[in-house]
Amino acid sequence: MQLVLEKRAERSNTIALVSPLIAIGLTIVTMAILFAILGKNPLLALHAYFIAPLTDGYSLQEIAVKATPLVMIAIGLSLCYLANAWNIGAEGQFLIGAVAGSWIAVKTQGTDAGVWVLPAMFVLAAAAGALYALIPAICKVKFGASEILTSLMLVYVADLFLDYLVRGPWRDPQGFNFPTTAEFDPVATVPLLIEGGRLHLGSIIVLLVVAAAAILLGRTIKGFEIRVVGAAPRAARFGGFNSDQLIILTFAVSGALAGLAGIIEVAGPVGHLQPGISPGYGFTAIIVAFLGRLNPLGILIAGLFLALTFIGGEQAQIAMKIPLDVTKVFQGILLFYVLACDSLILYRFKLVVPNRQVARGTG
Amino acid sequence: MRKTLLALAAGLLLSGSVSAASAADKLKVGFIYLGPIGDLGWTYQHDLARQALVKELGDKIETTYLENVPEGPDAERAIEQLVRAGNKLIFTTSFGYMDPTLKVAKKYPNVHFEHSTGYKRDKNMSTYSAKWYQGRYIQGLIAAKMSKSGVLGYIGSFPIPEVVSGINATILAAQTINPNIKVKIIWANTWFDPGKEADAAKALIDQGADVIMQHTDSPAAMQIASERGKLAFGQDSEMIKFGPKTQLTSILDTWGPYYIARVKAELDGAWKSEDTWGGLDSHMFAMAPYTNMPDDVKKMAEDAQAAITAGKLHPFKCPVLGQDGKEVECKGGANLADGQILGMNFYVKGIDDKLPGK
Repeated sequence: MQLVLEKRAERSNTIALVSPLIAIGLTIVTMAILFAILGKNPLLALHAYFIAPLTDGYSLQEIAVKATPLVMIAIGLSLCYLANAWNIGAEGQFLIGAVAGSWIAVKTQGTDAGVWVLPAMFVLAAAAGALYALIPAICKVKFGASEILTSLMLVYVADLFLDYLVRGPWRDPQGFNFPTTAEFDPVATVPLLIEGGRLHLGSIIVLLVVAAAAILLGRTIKGFEIRVVGAAPRAARFGGFNSDQLIILTFAVSGALAGLAGIIEVAGPVGHLQPGISPGYGFTAIIVAFLGRLNPLGILIAGLFLALTFIGGEQAQIAMKIPLDVTKVFQGILLFYVLACDSLILYRFKLVVPNRQVARGTG
Repeated sequence: MRKTLLALAAGLLLSGSVSAASAADKLKVGFIYLGPIGDLGWTYQHDLARQALVKELGDKIETTYLENVPEGPDAERAIEQLVRAGNKLIFTTSFGYMDPTLKVAKKYPNVHFEHSTGYKRDKNMSTYSAKWYQGRYIQGLIAAKMSKSGVLGYIGSFPIPEVVSGINATILAAQTINPNIKVKIIWANTWFDPGKEADAAKALIDQGADVIMQHTDSPAAMQIASERGKLAFGQDSEMIKFGPKTQLTSILDTWGPYYIARVKAELDGAWKSEDTWGGLDSHMFAMAPYTNMPDDVKKMAEDAQAAITAGKLHPFKCPVLGQDGKEVECKGGANLADGQILGMNFYVKGIDDKLPGK
């Protein structure tokens, strides 16, 4: 007898709903075994990971703060991926947005510039992110260059450009030569939503972005075009949809959102420009986009869930003295199961009895 | 089969020891680490000190650490997590945690913070660092004696004052042995990247350097120097096993005594915000054994170490000449003032290179 994967005739909607739950269940069982092997109480460890962060206002805020850039970038990326345009360079667009927005903050430092500073920073950051994303998009459309490679390589260009600025022209004159700008003025800082907390305006903006994306994809012709071009390019051509135009559009939008996420992070939780402002948000957002099945609401949930594993991982490190590596294993196992279970949506397991009896019998 | 699995699962859930209840009266001390602990380097040395602390005061304190915390938006949260877990004294062990530490310190005035290598302080936030330039001076003396080509190779991390003062101390020492000594400097722009560090070491050796010194964390340069039959100095940790016939000495970060002293002060209710910048005399760092050198050079190094420890020898004794040959204003009486060294942003005469960002 043989176990084979057989393609389903049609997508199973039940499995599509159940699959993430199966994945989480399998993850929990696997981790419980791992914790027990490490000599930790599995119940307490899982509690530290999943439940404890959800039980107090402080951790909930931190989850929202951590999820904000991830969701914002992932929404943009999902538009690209739906249209079959592969933007891998959101990290670079994030950095360029942060740099462009910071330019206003640095130049107005110590002046009595008014409340226009922060909105101007947002606009410039989004514009810069969009322009930066247009480079690979135009290279793709005009010259057929692989956007996966060009967008990825531009990440390193952005990274080094930021590095140059904070070590050279924008370095804090009072900063003992350390590579950072001075702290931004209050008018150039993203306002906090709760006094003494860390939740900031960016989390509201990201909710608006999610809503806008849901409307765009669900209720507009443009959203329909994006999905058709991705799902059935030939049909889209017959329908008169211009796929080149859509590549340009989706890249620009995702670049703008990544750039906006960049300036919100710099003018919000960080407070100044420095190297290392992104612990790989642009890349983690790719995972968030797929974990959320390229659906705006799904992405919001996926972003919050991934943020929960970060926060929970830290609390487990503190409360249970579980090493950081276990947190990473945990995230890896989770993604592994989610992707593995997703294949059940399109395939099913089937036991096949071979027609001819094999000499060695069942093997 | 199913029953066995269920039984197994239940067993696993019950087997973990319920050890969450810890003695509530123990002082909780937290640490934020930049890297993974690993086997050597900056974070490893901080963790060695934490272990020394546990050994000394383990019955009165409980320590917790968060490792691999990036110096970006995550740092503030990590520090605050330690506060919320009840830690009353928190050591943040890298420069990049300065602003996040300050933010959390302002929010929690009853918790005490210790930030390593920064310059911002508060009522409840101390800073601590070491006068590594003293060790660099000793290395400069050894290097000038041991170099046959008269060219030293220096792998810099970032052109910040700590690194620049190290280069200057090295060259000032070397000039007392060989006035024509040359130094080639490569900026790796990283604290830890074995690949880049190895490339830098190769390039320096190709340019004629026969003694390699580094302000980066990995043993890669030591290994390259060893392969090429050159000499080298370690950094942060003992690196002799990577170059048994190569390592001359190494500057060892020894935070243990400081950590123990600060925790004792906290236990006694005598903790105050301070700015500690200790040298060889206060054991903030130590020199690894002097190896792979003739006895007279070893004697010279030991004498210099004794003189610096006793305060008789200062690496930045005035007059110090800038790169342009002009005398640097001497604000500390007979020597450069501490502030001038902490903010050092110039090369001394004899360095044939340009300081990045100048």
